[in-house]
Amino acid sequence: MRTQLLKLGLVFAMLGVLAVGGGTAVLPEMQHATVHWFSLTDKQFRDIYSLGQVAPGPNMMMVLVIGYRLMGALGAAIVGVAFFLPDCAMTLLANRLWVHFEGSPWRLAVQRGMAPVAIGLMCAGTYAIGKLTIMSPITGRMNPLSMGIAIAVGAILLWRHVNPGILVLLSGTVYLLLAH
Amino acid sequence: MPPSNTASESAAARTPVALFDLFKLFFMAGAVSFGGGVVAYEREYLVGGSKWLTDEDFLSTLEISETLPGLNSVNIAVIVGDNLRGIPGAIAAVAGLMIPGAIVVTVLGVLWSNSRHNPRVNQFLLGIAAAAVGMLSVVTLQLGRRQFQRILDLAIIIVTFAAVSIFKISLAWVLLVIGPLAIFLYRPSAAGSAAQSAELHIPFHHGPRHGKLRS
Repeated sequence: MRTQLLKLGLVFAMLGVLAVGGGTAVLPEMQHATVHWFSLTDKQFRDIYSLGQVAPGPNMMMVLVIGYRLMGALGAAIVGVAFFLPDCAMTLLANRLWVHFEGSPWRLAVQRGMAPVAIGLMCAGTYAIGKLTIMSPITGRMNPLSMGIAIAVGAILLWRHVNPGILVLLSGTVYLLLAH
Repeated sequence: MPPSNTASESAAARTPVALFDLFKLFFMAGAVSFGGGVVAYEREYLVGGSKWLTDEDFLSTLEISETLPGLNSVNIAVIVGDNLRGIPGAIAAVAGLMIPGAIVVTVLGVLWSNSRHNPRVNQFLLGIAAAAVGMLSVVTLQLGRRQFQRILDLAIIIVTFAAVSIFKISLAWVLLVIGPLAIFLYRPSAAGSAAQSAELHIPFHHGPRHGKLRS
């Protein structure tokens, strides 16, 4: 139990530090780590990710539920600290060092170079959730209802700005009503 | 960091921000932002509401946040808190941002744990996941609109995506190999070609504003 908790903390500390480009970027690795190294299923991972969409604030607060599901309240606390604390410390340090690189051409190089890497990782994160949602994990067949909702939500957001919270709740309700 | 280091244009340079106000502002941003979009609320409250930051301050803060690992909304809280009130400020801002979501998601998590075999709960959550796919796609497209239009950036995007999603290479390796390679491609000596041509494609980039927050 104690070694499992330690392992859980180390895994999420690593995930936090690797989250270049935000939370979405680290989703494939998080799914892999929690499903293969711990006892989470793909479906549970998807459901917990959805819970994060319903809660206010950063969506990645859902890591607390992963910790809770795997190892109860202590697991939630450890995952929360491990995922966010090293990251915040790094950001604080970098913020204070950043000013020393004022005008350094390398600062621009880092920003320019890492931007497409971050976008590539976000594509991978979107793909991971897309695969879990639109492809049935059991049959491998496409779920047309999920596909339709994803396309509709994307189209609405491209068309105009709508509060994402409304779209989230509406999509859940639409799925519930049409699934029968 | 003393408050005098913050932006000269913003009110913060004159009156130090109270820790509780810092906490309260980020608490609000963390409490009202359902379904994501936290950064937009932070911008609204920091620039529009409190006027602690100018829009340029906010954009350069966002730029740093995007380059650093971690969630952008959390990084912004750390940086703004640190710039305005040092380490206690950073702690107040981050705590404010996270507390509402942490409470709600924990309650939801416990409820879900007790009802996760209920088919209705499953269907509702599946619908939400589908919505998330649509939202993530749009956010990625919008954030990467400059990068998707440049051949070099597009190549880096495709290689990164393929490494993670198709070849299932671990993220640490992807970052250790592709990261330095991408930075090398934009290295200062190549600035005349690659980096500066990138400059032309930035929409709201009116001259040098890097580090304006501390100018």
